[in-house]
Amino acid sequence: MRELKILAVVVFFTAVMYWGVEPFAHSQMHPHVAPADFAFKDLGATEKKGDAAKGAETFLSAGCIGCHGVAAANMPAPMDNASASASFGVTPPDLSTAGAIYDKNYLAALIKDPTKALKVEHKFNETRPHPMIQFFGLGGDLDQEIADIVAYLQSIAPATLDDKKVYTDACQRCHDMKYDKLMSTTDKTALMAYMGTIPPDLSMMIRSRSKDYLTTFINNPQKQLAGTSMPRVGLNEKAQNQVVAYMEKVGDRKKAEREDLGYKLIGYMVLFTLLAYAWKVKIWKEVH
Amino acid sequence: MAEIRKATGFIDWLDQRLAVKVLTKVLMTEYWIPKNINFLWAMGVVLVVLFKILIVSGIFLLMYYKPDINLAFDSVNYTIMQEVEYGWLWRHMHGVAASAIFLVIYIHMFTGIYYGSYKKGREMIWLTGMALFGMFSAEAFSGYMLPWGQMSYWAAQVITNLFGGIPFIGEALVVWIRGDFLVADATLTRFFMLHVLLLPLVIILLIAIHFYSLRIPHVNNQESEEFDFDVEAKKYLDGKKVESKVVPFWPVFLSKDFFVVGVALTIFFYLVCFHFDFAMDPINFDPANNMKTPAHIYPEWYFLWSYEVLRGFFFDIGGIAAMDIGLAAFGFANVIFMLFPFLDRNTDNVAPAHKRPAFFVWFWVLLVDMIVLTVYGKLPPTGANAWVGFGATIIFITLFIVLPIITKMEAKCNNGGCK
Repeated sequence: MRELKILAVVVFFTAVMYWGVEPFAHSQMHPHVAPADFAFKDLGATEKKGDAAKGAETFLSAGCIGCHGVAAANMPAPMDNASASASFGVTPPDLSTAGAIYDKNYLAALIKDPTKALKVEHKFNETRPHPMIQFFGLGGDLDQEIADIVAYLQSIAPATLDDKKVYTDACQRCHDMKYDKLMSTTDKTALMAYMGTIPPDLSMMIRSRSKDYLTTFINNPQKQLAGTSMPRVGLNEKAQNQVVAYMEKVGDRKKAEREDLGYKLIGYMVLFTLLAYAWKVKIWKEVH
Repeated sequence: MAEIRKATGFIDWLDQRLAVKVLTKVLMTEYWIPKNINFLWAMGVVLVVLFKILIVSGIFLLMYYKPDINLAFDSVNYTIMQEVEYGWLWRHMHGVAASAIFLVIYIHMFTGIYYGSYKKGREMIWLTGMALFGMFSAEAFSGYMLPWGQMSYWAAQVITNLFGGIPFIGEALVVWIRGDFLVADATLTRFFMLHVLLLPLVIILLIAIHFYSLRIPHVNNQESEEFDFDVEAKKYLDGKKVESKVVPFWPVFLSKDFFVVGVALTIFFYLVCFHFDFAMDPINFDPANNMKTPAHIYPEWYFLWSYEVLRGFFFDIGGIAAMDIGLAAFGFANVIFMLFPFLDRNTDNVAPAHKRPAFFVWFWVLLVDMIVLTVYGKLPPTGANAWVGFGATIIFITLFIVLPIITKMEAKCNNGGCK
């Protein structure tokens, strides 16, 4: 039938053009990167088994609480946000949930060599040291001491956290989430000096970047945006998914409503189309 | 004054004052359309429906949108998309319809070219149609600026900058268009005015003229058969409906259109709710930042072919700067379709393309070339991509240079003069 042939031609050219300007063009503009690595293989894994009780002591002796608060263990942050911003450039995180949201190997590597784990060696060096001081050990086996600290952090961390809590602990030190009325805990002037730019508001990132991009980006920012001053934060897979879920909740709040209504609108139009077709057949019977 | 009697009913009352019965006949029940048509003839009505969707959704968006560079982004992405009940639906419908309407415009245009519906009395239909295409382009460009996202800002920057290439007055013209030395608040507010007031008014006026321009030469048909509409209409009215070559606009022609519109809207609502990124580019969900140039700047898909013509010439030729040649080519691409009826020199032959061998080849080469331009208009213009773009641009320009020649030869052959 002629009409179907014409339809096939229209559909074919439309499809080729769509493929060219959407999937194909985007694959050329945003080259494929390796999937997120939640094992943080480049940092290596320690074989030491940590002891949480020993870790608690090591944690105190290592001087972590000189900068960090641990609200869960009744250790408040030593400075308020404004003074911490001024002293460090960015507010040091409270470590109550660190054991739950960060990967174990990553935490160990971070304590041992912060710039390497954070992947910010291009920004910090001997002349401009990173505000987090490398842990050199208390004189015993360094790897064992670190394993103990990690075990301690894991022991005080809650088993479950809601999505928003993961976001506030992992991201809010630098980023705003305007559409959920959350502002960075670090003072903006200090942040500007520390990062070189104001880190973007994350409210609409779920629409502007897509889930796929966010998954590889948060896991290792350098992979998608070489040279960025955003550090690798080291979230484990579960925590990262929670962050992305929270971003979707804020930036694409009407997704469920949209998809639910979508089925109804399509259903309505299908019904309309069938009725219109029946009417057309009836009318054209007279003239054919 | 007309003689007014006591009305027998509401319709009669109206008829005495507004002649609604005659009006209905003229516009609907005795407005004759050829019977030998296919679904491509329904694109006009699909366009009307999409335009109505744009107007209605636009009115709703207008109630909450704030044309101010400090408020625009949040008024769209927070107030409309999140706070207002079903605000997201209006916005998605508006964005997707704006993109979809261009696809249908292109189908409508290529249908006109294929079936020769632009000549032998139908020139005004073509000219008003192309004027509409121009106005819709301006409408799309001004609308794209309003959410004040990254691409809103940078597209405005790049496109307004193009006017700087015009000799002598260019620089002053750019400032005049922007209302500022840079794309800024004044630019946003004036494009807002254009988008919601002046351009829609012009478009509505042009649509009226476009429809009116169909009345005298009538709608074309699949075989471009010429017949006497009065004779065929009389047959129809005498009850010889099967024999007659025409059908009335209402209900016969429109009954088919309703079906096509139904199919189109089914696809439309699928796109609105499930697949909208092609029409609402993710990058425009980043707020405008004049300190941060996006890695890739590209217009919406429907402008890509002319954008690629613009950047197709990427090297200087004979001492003329690449940018100036590109601008000239861009200007050429934007007016050449307007001249279509006058470039086809075989003015008497209204046969569809498949009955005109040389023109048939020409048509498909043009279509494929424009798709190549569209795709390469989006790809980064580096390496081999730049050369493909250059080649496709040359083919595009050449096609319009040879069009008068091949149609003139065709006219000669038809008169028996080619051997």
